[in-house]
Amino acid sequence: MVFFSYLIGGISLGSVYAIIALGYTMVYGIAKMLNFAHGDVIMVGGYICYCAMTYLNLPAIVSILLSMVVCTVLGVVIEGLAYRPLRQAGSLAVLITAIGVSYFLQNAAQLIWGVTPKIFTSAVSFPLPEGLTDLGISSEAIVTVASCVVIMIALTLFVNHTKMGKAMRACSEDKGAAQLMGINVNRTISMTFAIGSALAAIAGVLLCSTFPTLIPTTGSMPGIKAFTAAVFGGIGSIPGAFIGGLLLGVIEAMAQAYISTNLANAIVFAVLIVVLLVRPSGLLGKYVPEKV
Amino acid sequence: MLKVNDINVYYGAIHAIKGVSFEVNDGEVVTLIGANGAGKSTILNTVSGLLRSRTGSVEFLGKNLGSVPAHKIVDMGIAHVPEGRRVFLQMTVEENLEMGAFTRPNSGVAGHLERVYEQFPRLKERRRQIAGTLSGGEQQMLAMGRGLMSDPKLLMLDEPSMGLAPILVEQIFDIIKELHKAGTTILLVEQNARMALSVADRGYVLETGKIVTSGAGADLLNDEAVKKAYLGG
Repeated sequence: MVFFSYLIGGISLGSVYAIIALGYTMVYGIAKMLNFAHGDVIMVGGYICYCAMTYLNLPAIVSILLSMVVCTVLGVVIEGLAYRPLRQAGSLAVLITAIGVSYFLQNAAQLIWGVTPKIFTSAVSFPLPEGLTDLGISSEAIVTVASCVVIMIALTLFVNHTKMGKAMRACSEDKGAAQLMGINVNRTISMTFAIGSALAAIAGVLLCSTFPTLIPTTGSMPGIKAFTAAVFGGIGSIPGAFIGGLLLGVIEAMAQAYISTNLANAIVFAVLIVVLLVRPSGLLGKYVPEKV
Repeated sequence: MLKVNDINVYYGAIHAIKGVSFEVNDGEVVTLIGANGAGKSTILNTVSGLLRSRTGSVEFLGKNLGSVPAHKIVDMGIAHVPEGRRVFLQMTVEENLEMGAFTRPNSGVAGHLERVYEQFPRLKERRRQIAGTLSGGEQQMLAMGRGLMSDPKLLMLDEPSMGLAPILVEQIFDIIKELHKAGTTILLVEQNARMALSVADRGYVLETGKIVTSGAGADLLNDEAVKKAYLGG
Protein backbone atom coordinates (compact mmCIF):
# COMPACT_ATOMS: atom_id res chain seq x y z
CA MET A 1 0.00 0.00 0.00
CA VAL A 2 2.85 2.36 0.78
CA PHE A 3 4.43 1.43 -2.53
CA PHE A 4 1.15 2.25 -4.28
CA SER A 5 0.98 5.71 -2.77
CA TYR A 6 4.59 6.40 -3.82
CA LEU A 7 3.68 5.24 -7.30
CA ILE A 8 0.69 7.62 -7.40
CA GLY A 9 2.91 10.46 -6.20
CA GLY A 10 5.44 9.62 -8.91
CA ILE A 11 2.86 9.45 -11.70
CA SER A 12 1.33 12.73 -10.58
CA LEU A 13 4.73 14.47 -10.45
CA GLY A 14 5.61 12.85 -13.74
CA SER A 15 2.43 14.21 -15.32
CA VAL A 16 3.49 17.75 -14.39
CA TYR A 17 6.93 17.10 -15.92
CA ALA A 18 5.21 15.72 -19.01
CA ILE A 19 3.05 18.83 -19.47
CA ILE A 20 6.12 21.06 -19.16
CA ALA A 21 8.14 18.74 -21.40
CA LEU A 22 5.47 19.02 -24.12
CA GLY A 23 6.12 22.76 -24.25
CA TYR A 24 9.89 22.23 -24.45
CA THR A 25 9.60 19.58 -27.09
CA MET A 26 7.18 21.50 -29.34
CA VAL A 27 9.28 24.64 -29.27
CA TYR A 28 12.42 22.62 -29.90
CA GLY A 29 10.78 20.67 -32.70
CA ILE A 30 9.65 23.77 -34.54
CA ALA A 31 12.02 26.59 -33.62
CA LYS A 32 15.02 24.24 -33.08
CA MET A 33 15.89 26.08 -29.89
CA LEU A 34 15.97 25.23 -26.20
CA ASN A 35 13.78 27.74 -24.46
CA PHE A 36 15.36 27.70 -21.02
CA ALA A 37 12.93 30.40 -19.90
CA HIS A 38 10.10 27.87 -20.21
CA GLY A 39 10.46 26.84 -16.54
CA ASP A 40 10.08 30.44 -15.43
CA VAL A 41 6.86 30.86 -17.38
CA ILE A 42 5.55 28.08 -15.10
CA MET A 43 6.45 30.19 -12.08
CA VAL A 44 4.69 33.23 -13.57
CA GLY A 45 1.65 31.02 -14.19
CA GLY A 46 1.67 30.02 -10.53
CA TYR A 47 1.91 33.63 -9.31
CA ILE A 48 -0.84 34.89 -11.60
CA CYS A 49 -3.21 32.15 -10.44
CA TYR A 50 -2.24 32.84 -6.80
CA CYS A 51 -2.90 36.59 -7.16
CA ALA A 52 -6.19 36.04 -8.95
CA MET A 53 -7.43 33.71 -6.21
CA THR A 54 -6.00 35.57 -3.22
CA TYR A 55 -6.28 39.25 -4.11
CA LEU A 56 -9.11 39.27 -6.64
CA ASN A 57 -11.04 36.43 -4.98
CA LEU A 58 -11.75 34.91 -8.37
CA PRO A 59 -12.97 31.32 -8.57
CA ALA A 60 -10.24 28.74 -9.21
CA ILE A 61 -11.22 27.95 -12.77
CA VAL A 62 -11.29 31.64 -13.77
CA SER A 63 -7.91 32.13 -12.11
CA ILE A 64 -6.47 29.22 -14.05
CA LEU A 65 -7.83 30.59 -17.34
CA LEU A 66 -6.49 34.06 -16.53
CA SER A 67 -3.09 32.59 -15.79
CA MET A 68 -3.15 30.73 -19.13
CA VAL A 69 -4.00 33.92 -21.00
CA VAL A 70 -1.25 35.91 -19.28
CA CYS A 71 1.35 33.18 -19.93
CA THR A 72 0.31 32.81 -23.56
CA VAL A 73 0.82 36.53 -24.12
CA LEU A 74 4.08 36.41 -22.18
CA GLY A 75 5.35 33.50 -24.31
CA VAL A 76 4.49 35.24 -27.57
CA VAL A 77 6.08 38.50 -26.37
CA ILE A 78 9.27 36.71 -25.27
CA GLU A 79 9.51 35.00 -28.64
CA GLY A 80 8.87 38.20 -30.58
CA LEU A 81 11.22 40.45 -28.59
CA ALA A 82 14.04 38.12 -27.57
CA TYR A 83 14.20 35.21 -30.01
CA ARG A 84 12.81 36.43 -33.34
CA PRO A 85 15.59 39.00 -33.95
CA LEU A 86 18.04 36.10 -33.57
CA ARG A 87 16.39 33.83 -36.15
CA GLN A 88 19.48 34.01 -38.39
CA ALA A 89 21.99 33.97 -35.50
CA GLY A 90 23.92 30.96 -34.24
CA SER A 91 22.27 28.59 -31.79
CA LEU A 92 24.65 29.63 -28.97
CA ALA A 93 23.41 33.23 -29.16
CA VAL A 94 19.82 32.01 -28.85
CA LEU A 95 20.70 29.68 -25.97
CA ILE A 96 22.41 32.46 -24.01
CA THR A 97 19.45 34.77 -24.70
CA ALA A 98 17.10 32.11 -23.35
CA ILE A 99 19.16 31.87 -20.16
CA GLY A 100 19.06 35.68 -19.95
CA VAL A 101 15.27 35.70 -20.30
CA SER A 102 15.07 33.07 -17.57
CA TYR A 103 17.01 35.26 -15.11
CA PHE A 104 15.05 38.30 -16.20
CA LEU A 105 11.74 36.59 -15.36
CA GLN A 106 13.03 35.35 -12.00
CA ASN A 107 14.28 38.80 -11.02
CA ALA A 108 11.15 40.52 -12.26
CA ALA A 109 9.09 38.11 -10.15
CA GLN A 110 11.29 38.90 -7.15
CA LEU A 111 10.68 42.62 -7.68
CA ILE A 112 6.94 42.20 -8.02
CA TRP A 113 6.18 39.50 -5.48
CA GLY A 114 9.22 39.61 -3.17
CA VAL A 115 11.31 36.72 -1.87
CA THR A 116 8.95 35.63 0.90
CA PRO A 117 7.30 32.41 -0.22
CA LYS A 118 3.62 32.63 -1.04
CA ILE A 119 1.55 29.74 0.19
CA PHE A 120 -0.54 28.53 -2.69
CA THR A 121 -4.02 27.21 -1.92
CA SER A 122 -4.77 24.26 -4.15
CA ALA A 123 -6.78 25.38 -7.16
CA VAL A 124 -7.93 21.89 -7.99
CA SER A 125 -9.02 20.32 -4.74
CA PHE A 126 -12.37 18.62 -4.27
CA PRO A 127 -13.61 16.14 -1.69
CA LEU A 128 -12.76 12.50 -2.34
CA PRO A 129 -14.29 9.36 -0.84
CA GLU A 130 -12.25 8.08 2.10
CA GLY A 131 -11.33 4.85 0.32
CA LEU A 132 -9.29 6.80 -2.20
CA THR A 133 -7.52 9.09 0.24
CA ASP A 134 -6.51 6.01 2.24
CA LEU A 135 -4.73 4.75 -0.86
CA GLY A 136 -2.76 7.99 -1.04
CA ILE A 137 -4.77 9.36 -3.95
CA SER A 138 -5.40 13.11 -3.74
CA SER A 139 -7.73 15.22 -5.81
CA GLU A 140 -4.63 17.09 -7.08
CA ALA A 141 -3.15 13.84 -8.33
CA ILE A 142 -6.35 12.91 -10.16
CA VAL A 143 -6.67 16.32 -11.82
CA THR A 144 -2.98 16.40 -12.72
CA VAL A 145 -2.92 12.98 -14.36
CA ALA A 146 -6.24 13.58 -16.13
CA SER A 147 -5.09 16.98 -17.47
CA CYS A 148 -1.87 15.47 -18.71
CA VAL A 149 -3.68 12.70 -20.61
CA VAL A 150 -6.22 15.12 -22.10
CA ILE A 151 -3.49 17.58 -23.14
CA MET A 152 -1.40 14.85 -24.69
CA ILE A 153 -4.34 13.48 -26.73
CA ALA A 154 -5.49 16.95 -27.77
CA LEU A 155 -2.00 17.95 -28.90
CA THR A 156 -1.54 14.75 -30.86
CA LEU A 157 -4.84 15.29 -32.66
CA PHE A 158 -4.03 18.94 -33.27
CA VAL A 159 -0.60 18.26 -34.75
CA ASN A 160 -1.73 15.35 -36.93
CA HIS A 161 -5.13 16.44 -38.15
CA THR A 162 -5.43 20.22 -38.32
CA LYS A 163 -4.05 22.48 -41.03
CA MET A 164 -2.15 24.57 -38.49
CA GLY A 165 -0.75 21.43 -36.84
CA LYS A 166 0.44 20.07 -40.16
CA ALA A 167 2.01 23.43 -40.97
CA MET A 168 3.91 23.15 -37.67
CA ARG A 169 5.27 19.76 -38.67
CA ALA A 170 6.23 21.13 -42.08
CA CYS A 171 8.10 24.03 -40.41
CA SER A 172 9.84 21.65 -38.08
CA GLU A 173 11.20 19.66 -41.03
CA ASP A 174 12.16 22.38 -43.49
CA LYS A 175 11.43 26.07 -42.95
CA GLY A 176 12.50 27.08 -46.45
CA ALA A 177 10.24 24.53 -48.12
CA ALA A 178 7.43 25.49 -45.72
CA GLN A 179 7.74 29.12 -46.85
CA LEU A 180 7.53 28.02 -50.48
CA MET A 181 4.19 26.41 -49.57
CA GLY A 182 2.99 29.78 -48.34
CA ILE A 183 3.31 28.98 -44.65
CA ASN A 184 4.15 32.00 -42.50
CA VAL A 185 7.01 30.57 -40.47
CA ASN A 186 7.16 33.42 -37.95
CA ARG A 187 3.48 33.12 -37.18
CA THR A 188 3.78 29.35 -36.82
CA ILE A 189 6.63 29.74 -34.34
CA SER A 190 4.60 32.32 -32.36
CA MET A 191 1.72 29.88 -32.28
CA THR A 192 4.01 27.19 -30.90
CA PHE A 193 5.20 29.49 -28.13
CA ALA A 194 1.59 30.39 -27.37
CA ILE A 195 0.60 26.74 -26.95
CA GLY A 196 3.74 25.88 -24.97
CA SER A 197 3.23 28.81 -22.61
CA ALA A 198 -0.44 28.06 -22.04
CA LEU A 199 0.62 24.53 -21.08
CA ALA A 200 3.28 26.01 -18.79
CA ALA A 201 0.55 27.98 -16.97
CA ILE A 202 -1.45 24.79 -16.40
CA ALA A 203 1.69 23.03 -15.22
CA GLY A 204 2.41 25.94 -12.86
CA VAL A 205 -1.04 25.75 -11.26
CA LEU A 206 -0.88 21.95 -10.91
CA LEU A 207 2.65 22.03 -9.54
CA CYS A 208 1.80 24.67 -6.93
CA SER A 209 -1.41 22.86 -6.00
CA THR A 210 0.68 19.82 -5.04
CA PHE A 211 3.75 21.66 -3.69
CA PRO A 212 2.28 24.90 -2.31
CA THR A 213 5.43 26.95 -1.72
CA LEU A 214 5.71 29.59 -4.43
CA ILE A 215 8.98 31.53 -4.83
CA PRO A 216 10.57 33.24 -7.88
CA THR A 217 12.74 30.18 -8.58
CA THR A 218 9.89 27.68 -8.26
CA GLY A 219 10.00 26.97 -11.97
CA SER A 220 13.70 26.32 -12.47
CA MET A 221 14.11 22.79 -11.09
CA PRO A 222 10.90 21.40 -12.61
CA GLY A 223 11.89 23.17 -15.82
CA ILE A 224 15.25 21.43 -15.93
CA LYS A 225 13.71 18.08 -14.99
CA ALA A 226 11.08 18.45 -17.71
CA PHE A 227 13.78 19.32 -20.20
CA THR A 228 15.51 16.12 -19.09
CA ALA A 229 12.24 14.27 -19.57
CA ALA A 230 11.89 15.64 -23.09
CA VAL A 231 15.43 14.50 -23.97
CA PHE A 232 14.81 11.19 -22.21
CA GLY A 233 11.72 10.51 -24.34
CA GLY A 234 13.29 11.84 -27.54
CA ILE A 235 13.18 15.61 -27.98
CA GLY A 236 10.78 16.77 -30.69
CA SER A 237 8.44 13.84 -30.06
CA ILE A 238 5.09 14.47 -28.35
CA PRO A 239 4.51 10.91 -27.06
CA GLY A 240 8.21 10.91 -26.10
CA ALA A 241 7.70 13.90 -23.82
CA PHE A 242 4.71 12.18 -22.22
CA ILE A 243 6.50 8.89 -21.56
CA GLY A 244 9.74 10.63 -20.57
CA GLY A 245 7.88 12.82 -18.08
CA LEU A 246 6.01 9.94 -16.47
CA LEU A 247 9.11 7.75 -16.19
CA LEU A 248 11.14 10.56 -14.73
CA GLY A 249 8.48 11.31 -12.12
CA VAL A 250 8.16 7.67 -11.09
CA ILE A 251 11.94 7.15 -10.94
CA GLU A 252 12.30 10.28 -8.82
CA ALA A 253 9.52 9.24 -6.42
CA MET A 254 10.90 5.71 -6.07
CA ALA A 255 14.45 6.94 -5.54
CA GLN A 256 13.23 9.31 -2.84
CA ALA A 257 11.20 6.60 -1.14
CA TYR A 258 13.58 3.66 -1.25
CA ILE A 259 17.10 4.99 -1.78
CA SER A 260 17.69 8.49 -0.51
CA THR A 261 15.90 11.82 -0.63
CA ASN A 262 19.19 13.62 -1.09
CA LEU A 263 20.33 11.39 -3.90
CA ALA A 264 17.02 11.38 -5.79
CA ASN A 265 18.05 14.07 -8.29
CA ALA A 266 21.44 12.47 -8.84
CA ILE A 267 19.72 9.16 -9.58
CA VAL A 268 17.29 10.80 -12.01
CA PHE A 269 20.11 12.36 -14.00
CA ALA A 270 22.21 9.16 -13.82
CA VAL A 271 19.33 7.29 -15.46
CA LEU A 272 19.21 9.96 -18.16
CA ILE A 273 22.91 9.52 -18.87
CA VAL A 274 22.53 5.75 -19.15
CA VAL A 275 19.54 6.04 -21.49
CA LEU A 276 21.37 8.51 -23.71
CA LEU A 277 24.43 6.24 -23.84
CA VAL A 278 22.29 3.37 -25.09
CA ARG A 279 19.84 5.39 -27.19
CA PRO A 280 21.37 8.76 -28.07
CA SER A 281 18.14 10.06 -29.61
CA GLY A 282 16.04 9.19 -26.54
CA LEU A 283 13.42 6.48 -26.01
CA LEU A 284 11.16 7.49 -28.90
CA GLY A 285 13.73 9.48 -30.84
CA LYS A 286 12.94 9.23 -34.50
CA TYR A 287 14.97 7.42 -37.07
CA VAL A 288 14.18 8.99 -40.42
CA PRO A 289 15.36 7.33 -43.59
CA GLU A 290 16.72 10.06 -45.82
CA LYS A 291 17.05 9.82 -49.54
CA VAL A 292 19.46 12.05 -51.38
CA MET B 1 4.49 37.03 -67.24
CA LEU B 2 7.76 36.99 -65.28
CA LYS B 3 10.27 39.74 -65.91
CA VAL B 4 13.62 39.62 -64.19
CA ASN B 5 15.44 42.87 -64.69
CA ASP B 6 19.17 43.33 -63.99
CA ILE B 7 19.30 41.56 -60.62
CA ASN B 8 22.43 41.36 -58.49
CA VAL B 9 22.43 38.82 -55.68
CA TYR B 10 25.14 38.44 -53.06
CA TYR B 11 26.00 35.77 -50.52
CA GLY B 12 27.81 37.96 -48.03
CA ALA B 13 30.70 39.37 -50.04
CA ILE B 14 30.31 36.90 -52.90
CA HIS B 15 28.67 38.39 -55.95
CA ALA B 16 26.67 35.37 -57.14
CA ILE B 17 24.34 36.87 -59.75
CA LYS B 18 25.73 39.68 -61.86
CA GLY B 19 23.12 41.74 -63.65
CA VAL B 20 20.88 38.95 -64.93
CA SER B 21 17.79 39.81 -66.98
CA PHE B 22 15.34 37.45 -68.62
CA GLU B 23 11.66 36.91 -69.09
CA VAL B 24 9.12 34.15 -69.25
CA ASN B 25 5.98 34.66 -71.32
CA ASP B 26 2.56 33.16 -70.80
CA GLY B 27 2.43 29.47 -71.78
CA GLU B 28 6.17 29.14 -72.42
CA VAL B 29 8.67 26.65 -71.12
CA VAL B 30 11.88 28.58 -70.50
CA THR B 31 15.04 26.93 -69.29
CA LEU B 32 18.11 28.25 -67.53
CA ILE B 33 21.05 25.95 -68.15
CA GLY B 34 24.58 26.12 -66.87
CA ALA B 35 27.22 24.29 -64.88
CA ASN B 36 27.20 23.68 -61.15
CA GLY B 37 27.54 26.98 -59.31
CA ALA B 38 26.54 29.13 -62.27
CA GLY B 39 23.75 30.66 -60.17
CA LYS B 40 20.67 28.91 -61.53
CA SER B 41 19.12 28.02 -58.17
CA THR B 42 20.07 31.42 -56.75
CA ILE B 43 17.93 33.05 -59.43
CA LEU B 44 14.91 30.87 -58.59
CA ASN B 45 15.38 31.53 -54.87
CA THR B 46 15.42 35.25 -55.61
CA VAL B 47 12.17 35.04 -57.59
CA SER B 48 10.48 33.17 -54.74
CA GLY B 49 11.69 35.62 -52.10
CA LEU B 50 14.04 33.31 -50.18
CA LEU B 51 16.90 35.57 -51.33
CA ARG B 52 16.84 39.26 -52.19
CA SER B 53 18.43 41.15 -55.04
CA ARG B 54 20.35 44.30 -54.16
CA THR B 55 19.44 46.05 -57.37
CA GLY B 56 17.10 45.55 -60.27
CA SER B 57 13.64 44.06 -60.01
CA VAL B 58 11.60 40.91 -60.29
CA GLU B 59 8.18 41.56 -61.78
CA PHE B 60 5.37 39.05 -61.98
CA LEU B 61 2.17 39.94 -63.86
CA GLY B 62 3.20 43.55 -63.59
CA LYS B 63 3.76 43.49 -59.82
CA ASN B 64 7.15 44.07 -58.25
CA LEU B 65 8.04 41.15 -55.96
CA GLY B 66 10.91 42.99 -54.30
CA SER B 67 9.21 43.47 -50.94
CA VAL B 68 6.79 40.54 -50.97
CA PRO B 69 7.70 38.04 -48.20
CA ALA B 70 8.49 34.50 -49.35
CA HIS B 71 5.32 33.00 -47.88
CA LYS B 72 3.13 35.36 -49.92
CA ILE B 73 4.74 34.50 -53.27
CA VAL B 74 2.84 31.26 -53.75
CA ASP B 75 -0.43 33.11 -53.33
CA MET B 76 0.52 35.37 -56.24
CA GLY B 77 0.65 32.33 -58.50
CA ILE B 78 4.25 31.14 -58.42
CA ALA B 79 5.05 27.60 -57.27
CA HIS B 80 8.70 26.74 -56.69
CA VAL B 81 9.74 23.08 -56.68
CA PRO B 82 13.11 23.41 -54.98
CA GLU B 83 16.40 21.73 -55.75
CA GLY B 84 16.78 18.40 -53.97
CA ARG B 85 12.97 18.01 -53.90
CA ARG B 86 12.71 18.95 -50.22
CA VAL B 87 9.49 17.07 -49.62
CA PHE B 88 8.47 16.75 -45.97
CA LEU B 89 10.00 13.34 -45.29
CA GLN B 90 8.11 12.60 -42.08
CA MET B 91 4.70 13.46 -43.48
CA THR B 92 2.54 11.28 -45.70
CA VAL B 93 2.27 11.77 -49.44
CA GLU B 94 -1.20 13.24 -49.08
CA GLU B 95 -0.15 15.57 -46.26
CA ASN B 96 2.69 16.84 -48.44
CA LEU B 97 0.21 17.59 -51.20
CA GLU B 98 -2.13 19.32 -48.75
CA MET B 99 0.76 21.57 -47.72
CA GLY B 100 1.13 22.53 -51.38
CA ALA B 101 -2.39 23.93 -51.22
CA PHE B 102 -1.82 25.61 -47.85
CA THR B 103 -2.89 29.06 -49.02
CA ARG B 104 -5.87 27.79 -50.97
CA PRO B 105 -9.37 27.66 -49.44
CA ASN B 106 -10.13 24.20 -48.05
CA SER B 107 -13.03 23.74 -50.45
CA GLY B 108 -10.75 23.59 -53.49
CA VAL B 109 -8.22 21.14 -52.08
CA ALA B 110 -10.08 17.94 -52.93
CA GLY B 111 -10.38 18.95 -56.59
CA HIS B 112 -6.68 19.82 -56.92
CA LEU B 113 -5.79 16.58 -55.16
CA GLU B 114 -7.84 14.59 -57.69
CA ARG B 115 -6.13 16.34 -60.58
CA VAL B 116 -2.63 15.77 -59.22
CA TYR B 117 -3.44 12.09 -58.59
CA GLU B 118 -4.59 11.84 -62.21
CA GLN B 119 -1.28 13.27 -63.37
CA PHE B 120 0.72 11.10 -60.98
CA PRO B 121 -1.15 7.82 -60.43
CA ARG B 122 1.85 6.50 -58.49
CA LEU B 123 1.25 9.12 -55.81
CA LYS B 124 -2.34 8.00 -55.43
CA GLU B 125 -1.19 4.43 -54.78
CA ARG B 126 1.15 5.73 -52.08
CA ARG B 127 -1.04 8.44 -50.61
CA ARG B 128 -0.83 7.10 -47.04
CA GLN B 129 2.87 6.32 -47.18
CA ILE B 130 5.46 8.46 -45.39
CA ALA B 131 7.33 10.52 -47.99
CA GLY B 132 10.70 9.44 -46.57
CA THR B 133 10.00 5.88 -47.74
CA LEU B 134 9.47 6.87 -51.41
CA SER B 135 12.13 6.34 -54.07
CA GLY B 136 13.98 9.34 -55.51
CA GLY B 137 11.80 9.44 -58.61
CA GLU B 138 8.61 9.23 -56.59
CA GLN B 139 9.85 12.01 -54.31
CA GLN B 140 10.44 14.19 -57.38
CA MET B 141 6.90 13.46 -58.57
CA LEU B 142 5.63 14.34 -55.11
CA ALA B 143 7.58 17.60 -55.13
CA MET B 144 6.13 18.50 -58.53
CA GLY B 145 2.64 17.44 -57.51
CA ARG B 146 2.97 19.52 -54.34
CA GLY B 147 3.92 22.52 -56.49
CA LEU B 148 0.90 21.99 -58.72
CA MET B 149 -1.47 21.83 -55.74
CA SER B 150 -1.51 25.64 -55.52
CA ASP B 151 -2.73 25.74 -59.15
CA PRO B 152 0.12 28.08 -60.10
CA LYS B 153 0.33 30.40 -63.06
CA LEU B 154 4.08 29.84 -63.14
CA LEU B 155 5.78 26.60 -62.10
CA MET B 156 9.51 26.84 -61.33
CA LEU B 157 11.33 23.50 -61.40
CA ASP B 158 14.86 23.35 -59.98
CA GLU B 159 16.87 20.39 -61.27
CA PRO B 160 13.98 17.91 -61.44
CA SER B 161 16.25 15.28 -63.03
CA MET B 162 18.98 15.46 -60.38
CA GLY B 163 20.14 12.08 -59.14
CA LEU B 164 17.55 10.10 -61.09
CA ALA B 165 18.11 7.05 -63.29
CA PRO B 166 17.83 7.77 -67.07
CA ILE B 167 14.43 6.11 -67.38
CA LEU B 168 13.05 8.28 -64.57
CA VAL B 169 14.55 11.37 -66.15
CA GLU B 170 12.59 10.50 -69.32
CA GLN B 171 9.43 10.16 -67.23
CA ILE B 172 9.92 13.50 -65.50
CA PHE B 173 10.47 15.25 -68.83
CA ASP B 174 7.40 13.55 -70.30
CA ILE B 175 5.43 15.06 -67.45
CA ILE B 176 6.95 18.48 -68.18
CA LYS B 177 5.88 18.14 -71.81
CA GLU B 178 2.35 17.23 -70.73
CA LEU B 179 2.15 20.19 -68.37
CA HIS B 180 3.37 22.41 -71.21
CA LYS B 181 0.70 21.04 -73.53
CA ALA B 182 -1.92 21.74 -70.88
CA GLY B 183 -0.82 25.37 -70.92
CA THR B 184 1.27 25.60 -67.73
CA THR B 185 4.02 28.22 -67.87
CA ILE B 186 7.28 26.67 -66.69
CA LEU B 187 10.68 28.03 -65.71
CA LEU B 188 13.03 25.06 -65.74
CA VAL B 189 16.51 25.01 -64.26
CA GLU B 190 18.63 22.08 -65.37
CA GLN B 191 22.15 20.73 -65.62
CA ASN B 192 20.89 18.17 -68.10
CA ALA B 193 21.04 20.74 -70.90
CA ARG B 194 20.13 18.40 -73.74
CA MET B 195 16.88 17.29 -72.14
CA ALA B 196 16.01 20.78 -70.97
CA LEU B 197 16.56 22.41 -74.36
CA SER B 198 14.58 19.70 -76.12
CA VAL B 199 11.42 20.58 -74.16
CA ALA B 200 11.98 24.34 -73.90
CA ASP B 201 10.65 27.08 -76.14
CA ARG B 202 13.54 29.29 -75.16
CA GLY B 203 16.69 28.93 -73.14
CA TYR B 204 19.28 31.06 -71.39
CA VAL B 205 22.84 29.86 -70.79
CA LEU B 206 24.28 30.97 -67.49
CA GLU B 207 28.00 31.14 -66.67
CA THR B 208 29.31 32.27 -63.27
CA GLY B 209 26.36 34.49 -62.57
CA LYS B 210 25.93 36.01 -66.03
CA ILE B 211 23.79 35.14 -69.01
CA VAL B 212 26.15 34.44 -71.92
CA THR B 213 23.77 33.20 -74.62
CA SER B 214 20.08 32.94 -75.14
CA GLY B 215 17.75 31.82 -77.88
CA ALA B 216 15.15 29.31 -78.96
CA GLY B 217 15.60 25.83 -77.45
CA ALA B 218 16.23 24.19 -80.82
CA ASP B 219 18.75 26.83 -81.87
CA LEU B 220 20.73 26.47 -78.66
CA LEU B 221 20.77 22.70 -79.14
CA ASN B 222 22.58 23.28 -82.47
CA ASP B 223 24.79 26.15 -81.28
CA GLU B 224 28.44 25.08 -81.57
CA ALA B 225 29.60 26.80 -78.40
CA VAL B 226 26.71 25.43 -76.35
CA LYS B 227 27.24 21.97 -77.82
CA LYS B 228 30.88 22.04 -76.85
CA ALA B 229 30.39 23.31 -73.31
CA TYR B 230 27.16 21.60 -72.22
CA LEU B 231 26.15 18.88 -74.63
CA GLY B 232 29.36 16.87 -74.78
CA GLY B 233 30.58 18.12 -78.18
